[in-house]
Amino acid sequence: MKFNTVTRSYRQRIQHQTLALAATLTLALIVAVYAVGRGAYSLSPLQVFRALLGTAGERADVVVWNIRLPRIVASLVVGWGLSVSGLSIQSMLRNPLGSPSTLGISQGAAFGAAAAIVFAGAGIVSVTFFAFMGAMGATLIILLLAHLKRLSPEAIILSGVALSALFGSATILIQYMATDIQLASVVFWTFGDTARSSWREIGLLTVVVALTSIFFMTQRWDMNALDSGEEAARGLGVNVERLRLQGMAAAALIAALATAFHGVIAFVGLIAPHMARRLVGADHSLLIPFASVIGALLLLSADTAGRVLVGSGALPVGVLTSFLGGPVFLYLLVRGYR
Amino acid sequence: MLTVSGIHFSYNSHPALSDIHFSLDAGQVLGVLGVNGAGKSTLLKCLNRILRPQRGAVLLEKANILEMRQRDVARRMGYVPQRHADSRLTVYEAVLLGRRPHMGWTVRPKDYQVVETLLAEMALTHLSHRPVCDLSGGEVQQVMIARALAQSPRVLLLDEPTSNLDIKHQLEVMKTIRRVVREQQLSAVVSIHDLNLAVRFADAFLFIKDHRVYALHAKDALNAATISDVYGVEVSLINAGDHLMVVPR
Repeated sequence: MKFNTVTRSYRQRIQHQTLALAATLTLALIVAVYAVGRGAYSLSPLQVFRALLGTAGERADVVVWNIRLPRIVASLVVGWGLSVSGLSIQSMLRNPLGSPSTLGISQGAAFGAAAAIVFAGAGIVSVTFFAFMGAMGATLIILLLAHLKRLSPEAIILSGVALSALFGSATILIQYMATDIQLASVVFWTFGDTARSSWREIGLLTVVVALTSIFFMTQRWDMNALDSGEEAARGLGVNVERLRLQGMAAAALIAALATAFHGVIAFVGLIAPHMARRLVGADHSLLIPFASVIGALLLLSADTAGRVLVGSGALPVGVLTSFLGGPVFLYLLVRGYR
Repeated sequence: MLTVSGIHFSYNSHPALSDIHFSLDAGQVLGVLGVNGAGKSTLLKCLNRILRPQRGAVLLEKANILEMRQRDVARRMGYVPQRHADSRLTVYEAVLLGRRPHMGWTVRPKDYQVVETLLAEMALTHLSHRPVCDLSGGEVQQVMIARALAQSPRVLLLDEPTSNLDIKHQLEVMKTIRRVVREQQLSAVVSIHDLNLAVRFADAFLFIKDHRVYALHAKDALNAATISDVYGVEVSLINAGDHLMVVPR
C-alpha cells in the first residue's frame, strides 16, 4: 500500500518513538542490574548475572533473590502500575492534576488496609479487599462530584485534598484503637516502601497491572476521543459513562493493590504520565506504554538513589517521591498543567 | 433523506424541545435559527443521540438513529461541537480519530488514505504534525470539520461553527461546509446565530421558538415577518448585489 508523505512521516514518527521506548526500557534494565549489585554486600555485574542463574554461591544468591530482587521488581511494577493508573485518571476525568495520591484514592486504600489489620486480621486477602473498597469509595465520591456537580479540575483536586485529610484522620483514629503490634504494621502504610513485599504479592500485582494495561490499550482511541472533549467523544461513538466507570475502577484497583502491599507512594502517578506526554504527545497508543516504562524507571531510580545515598537501605521510597513530586506538582499548577 | 419526527426532550422535567419535526434532502444545508436558549444545540445533540430524546424518531435512509448503537450512529453522523477542548493531539492524530467508529484493534490502510485525502482537500497538510491547540480558531474549525468528515458520515451536525471567527474565516468555514455537502451529497444541520451567514449558505431554515418549530422555510420562502417574530426584533430583508441581507430596522 502506497501512502503519501504525510502518512509516511506520521508512521515514521511512531517508529522513532517506539525506538525511544525500547531505549528507555533498556535504561530501566541497566538501572535494575546496577541496583542489584549495589548495597552493603556489593556485587559486580557478572556476579549479578550468575546470581540470577543461581550459581554465584549461596550467600550472593540469597542476597539477590530474597533481598534485592523483590525490592527492585516491586519498584518497577509499582512504578508502572501507579503511572498507568495516574494516566487513566487524568484521561478519564480530563484533569491533568489527577493521580491516585492527589485524589485521595491511595489514602482511601491505606485507610482500608489499616481497618483490615485492626478489625479483620492482617491476611493478604482481607487487607487487599479492604484496600480496594477504600480506594473505590474515594473513586466513587470523586466520580459523583465530577459527574453531578460538574466541578472544575481545580475543585476536583480540592475535593481530593479533603478526602485525603478525611482518610488520613480516620487512619489515625484506627491507630488509636490498635494494639502495639497492629500499630506497627499500620504505621507502615503512611510511608510507601517497596522493600516489604513477598514474591507472591509481587506476582499478583504484576498480573493485575499487566491486565489493566492491556485493557487501557484496547481503549486507547476512546481515551484520545475523551481528550478532545466529552461531547466530541460521544459524537465519535464513545460510551463516555461506561469508559469512565471502567477506567476509574481499573485505576483504583491498581492503586489499591499497590497501596495494600507497599503503602502510599505519592506523586509517581502524577509525574510519570506528564513526562511521557512531554516525550510523545497526546496519543494514548504511545502514551500508555511510555508512561508504563517511565513510571517503572522513575520509581526504581528513586528507590535506588535512596538506598545508595542514605546507605542504610532503610529510607522508604515514598518519602523520596513526595520530596520529588511536591515541587513538580506546584510547577504544573503554576505553568498551567499542559 | 433525513427525517426527524416528534422529538421531545426535557432536562429534569424542564422541556427543552417539544415535537420537533423536519426533513432534509441530500446535498442540502439546513440552518437552525432561534434566540439563545431556544434549544438549537440541544436539537443537534438529540439527532446523534449525545442526548437521548424521550420521544420521537430520527430516520436516516429509513433506519432509526435513536435505536442504533452509539458507534453505528457515529458511522453515519459527523458532529462538530460548539466548544472543542484544546487537545495536544496533532492535526493528523485528530483527523485519524474521526476513523474511530470504523476502527478495530489496528489502523487499516483505508483509514490512513481517508485522512490523507481529507487533509489535502481541506488544505491542512502543512499543519499535519502541529498540535491542534497551537492553531488559530479558523484552522481548528477546519480540523474539526475534517475529523467529522473522516467518520465518512451521511449527515453533518455543526453547532455554531462560525462563532469566535473573523469574517474571512467565517466565510471559509461556511464555504467548506457547503462544498463538501454538495460534493458528497451529505445533509448538514447547522445551528447558527449570524443570520446573514445563514441566509447566504443555507438551503433551508428551521426556526425554533419556545422549544418548538416555529417555521420551516425553503430559501425562497424566507420572509422578514418570521425572523421578526422569532427574534422579537423588527427586520427588513434587502437585496445587496447577489445576496439577501437581514437588517434590523
